Amino acid sequence: MSIDFSKAVGIHPEALKLRAERTKILASNIANESTPGYQARDIDFAASLRQAGAEDGTGLALDTGESSVLFRTPNHPTQDGNTVEIGVEQAEFSQNSLDFQTSLTFLNMKLRGLAKAISGQ
Amino acid sequence: MSFKQISQIAGSAMTAQTVRLNTVASNLANAHSASGKEADTYRARKPVFAAVAGLEGAGGQLPGARVQVLDVVESTEPVNKSYEPDHPLANDEGMVFYPNVNPVAEMTDMMAASRAFETNVEVLQRVKGMQHSLLKLGEG
Repeated sequence: MSIDFSKAVGIHPEALKLRAERTKILASNIANESTPGYQARDIDFAASLRQAGAEDGTGLALDTGESSVLFRTPNHPTQDGNTVEIGVEQAEFSQNSLDFQTSLTFLNMKLRGLAKAISGQ
Repeated sequence: MSFKQISQIAGSAMTAQTVRLNTVASNLANAHSASGKEADTYRARKPVFAAVAGLEGAGGQLPGARVQVLDVVESTEPVNKSYEPDHPLANDEGMVFYPNVNPVAEMTDMMAASRAFETNVEVLQRVKGMQHSLLKLGEG
């Protein structure tokens, strides 16, 4: 009986990578806070993760490009067509980086469990 | 991982906001620079930002968007005319021209720019923390 490492660590590596990608999207939104006509974007995390899981451990296939990136619906329209609402973006960014830490913690726990199994404790 | 690109995105925003602060400083400094001719009068300057899409590299990464300062344009609002015949720069009709700078608008613009700058510094700090904890993956 052998341990398949990619199966043993579960969905967490994919989740971690998606979180890092989402950080980039949210950082772009924050960076373009005062760019006229810029439309805030985000990804559907659940759908992207499902798609990543369906790839069955062959790595994250996010090359669907623009289709996985959605535009955010603003609460208030602005005169210059910019749909970035800085409070919303800051909250999402903060939540996303915490979720990143969570995925990282889960991954660490999995690895610790594997190390224990290997050393036979 | 896309950490390098995040740094580039946040860095580009910081550069753009610095340009914006630069124009604010220039406008406020010249708010009372008188001139004898309408054409020579200082006019308020404003940067024009634009998003640069793309940057997606290998591995099918999602596209980020940097900020770019396209241009710095001068305000088209009319300059302020004032009748000051004793002014050394006054023209034949005794008129002196003052810039079309609105100090209150400039001050609010300055606050918005420095807040936006700080937000991007915070983003960089958070990303640094994420990268740090990722480096410690599998330790202990």
